[in-house]
Amino acid sequence: MNNLFTTFLIKYAEIGVKGRNRYIFEDALVTQIEHAMKDVDGEFAVHKTQGRIFVDCLSEYDFDEVVEALKRVFGISGICPVICLEDEGFDVLAEKVITYMDQAYPDKNMTFKVMARRARKNYPKNSMEINEDLGEKILHAFPEIKVDVHHPDVLLNVEIREKIYVYSKVIPGPGGMPIGTAGKAMLLLSGGIDSPVAGYMISKRGVKLEAVYFNAPPYTSERAKQKVVDLAKLVSKYSGPIRLHVINFTDIQLYIYDKCPHDELTIIMRRYMMRIAEHLANQNGCIGLITGESIGQVASQTMQSLMATNEVCEMPVYRPLIGFDKQEIVEISEKIDTYETSIQPYEDCCTIFVAKHPVTKPNLGVIRKHEKNLEEKIEELFQTAIETDEVIEIG
Amino acid sequence: MEVYLDNSATTRCFDEVVELTSHIMREEYGNPSSMHHKGVEAEKYVRLGRETIARTLKVSEKEILFTSGGTESDNLALIGGAQANCRAGRHIITTKIEHPAILQTCAYLEDRGFEVTYLPVDEHGQIRLADLEKAMRKDTILVSIMHTNNEIGALEPIAEAGALIKKINPGTLFHVDAVQGYGKAKIYPKKMNVDMLSASGHKIHGPKGIGFLYINEKAKVKPINFGGGQQKGMRSGTENVPGIAGMAKAAELLYRNFDADVRLMYQLRQYFIQGIKNFPDVKLNGLEGTDSAPHVVSVSFRGVRSEVLLHALEDRGVYVSAGSACASNHPQTSATLKAIGVEKELLDSTLRFSFSVFTTREEIDYTLAALGDILPMLRRYSRR
Repeated sequence: MNNLFTTFLIKYAEIGVKGRNRYIFEDALVTQIEHAMKDVDGEFAVHKTQGRIFVDCLSEYDFDEVVEALKRVFGISGICPVICLEDEGFDVLAEKVITYMDQAYPDKNMTFKVMARRARKNYPKNSMEINEDLGEKILHAFPEIKVDVHHPDVLLNVEIREKIYVYSKVIPGPGGMPIGTAGKAMLLLSGGIDSPVAGYMISKRGVKLEAVYFNAPPYTSERAKQKVVDLAKLVSKYSGPIRLHVINFTDIQLYIYDKCPHDELTIIMRRYMMRIAEHLANQNGCIGLITGESIGQVASQTMQSLMATNEVCEMPVYRPLIGFDKQEIVEISEKIDTYETSIQPYEDCCTIFVAKHPVTKPNLGVIRKHEKNLEEKIEELFQTAIETDEVIEIG
Repeated sequence: MEVYLDNSATTRCFDEVVELTSHIMREEYGNPSSMHHKGVEAEKYVRLGRETIARTLKVSEKEILFTSGGTESDNLALIGGAQANCRAGRHIITTKIEHPAILQTCAYLEDRGFEVTYLPVDEHGQIRLADLEKAMRKDTILVSIMHTNNEIGALEPIAEAGALIKKINPGTLFHVDAVQGYGKAKIYPKKMNVDMLSASGHKIHGPKGIGFLYINEKAKVKPINFGGGQQKGMRSGTENVPGIAGMAKAAELLYRNFDADVRLMYQLRQYFIQGIKNFPDVKLNGLEGTDSAPHVVSVSFRGVRSEVLLHALEDRGVYVSAGSACASNHPQTSATLKAIGVEKELLDSTLRFSFSVFTTREEIDYTLAALGDILPMLRRYSRR
């Protein structure tokens, strides 16, 4: 095998402190890693040994591809590429470690520290002796290098087991918690920049996602729907499979247009979106809603508007972007690769009938009163919208 | 019912074309450059294709070059023509309403030191010969004018322009983008003083990915791609044999009943226009009757957004095209509609209906009925 590293040691931070539930989190992480490795070229085995998770590489693989895949698994705080050596005596070990250091760190102007662990107790040297002797050999090999036992630039780990494992690099993972350890929530997914980011952020905390998109044919096009499917696919690279509900919202929208004041259209429409989302959430075992709202971004996201849309559902609404500026949201969307797709210019149902001057400080009493105008047919339209739900399984 | 009225975008292949191309892909798949029998077999289709196309234009088969389609033909004509003649001058004339394959190539040439004059058009989308005459200079090496406008079906005065150009400066190359015109009007380059002419297979019920460029044997044009030296070094790359055979077959079929088919299309177009005129608040862009192309109708519907109307028609199985691709947050309004002076409010309310030999009177009736249902509904729910 030509690959230098034969195993990746997976580090996780938060799930280490979950007490007696720890195994649940670790098992979820193993499952998620296995899922992520499925699409990577090569053969891999994921296993949990003595409280640590390893990804063993059983065939040739592409290093960058493996790291990219692991960087998408929530719960991983660090990825350590490990070289695995046969025990051929200490001198050979030292020689190989020096070769490794030479390859891995072209610039030797740095500090280091050896940290040995002797799991196989019949090894002739104990941990302290390995630290000292190996450190000395490295110092001898590279004159510029220095030891710093408190804050080394490079921490060289040497683990003596059946074989000998050496690693020193930690590639940062995405952090968060493994998917499936929290619960499931319904994401209101539009074609915009914010909602995919909101979905990403909540799923980072281990939450499984389901999503709903409001379609308004013929006012919105098939390509607008395809864009949302594409966005869900991109988010699912992190969150795992997403079930996407496509709700035909046209009739409800036109009915509101007919019966309510035009400047309240958006608010009333959003109230019905929340009601439908909550209904779907209940039907599908979700215990929360997720939106991409951020205070003051648009008329329907002022605090007054948020209060008006919030009051129609009982389920908690998670708004992870609530305190974010647009630029901060854009930065995350670029990081998770949804930005390019989000800015494709297809109209979504929120913008088609939007008034020139929508209310920014809706009065709850007035809104409720105007919603009464809808009493005659809205229940029927609501039911039809739910019943004609198109379900698309993504990822 | 499915009604396809987007034939200016692309057309359905003739069944004979589908049969011939799949036969070639399955059985006679040789490379025309191969020395063995399979190669000879394939070369035969290229030769026959060249002859068929040449016959439709009444030119020599040596003057037909196969390309990947209209865009490549336009690129080759302009870039290859400009490069071959840049010693004689660096001035090019075209119009404001050309297809992007021309306009973008002109922009590319402007970046490389060529000067381009863009002729305006009148309210019907036609250039004025006086403007062309004024624009012509001693150093004008190339004039490129489209035969039929793709958005409103305007016909440009090609023969008159050709005569004028050659009268002023016999050395100036005259290129015609006939992607929308070939197969809908009889075009004879030699009579019209046209030195280069672009056309595309998929607009005439042939396959996609194939087109041709007629180049008068006296015209100097340099190749723009390089490789194995196929087609006398003018267009390297293995010939698209099934495409060539398919396009030639389509041309052959179109020219079989040419005049009768075109007459029928004109009748259908006029019938459709009469129907359209019965709706309130509509405006026809371009001319009626034989002053326009037989297959394109551009209509502005006041108070209706074209994208919405397009999707509403789609719901009824009617496929058309928006006069200008437009989304609320990224307006990209059509150059042609602007150039003919369509008012701003109507730019985003314009649809293009385009017919073919497959179009029937029933389909037109169905489309008019659908419009009759949809228009009042959409006008009721407009953005306030």
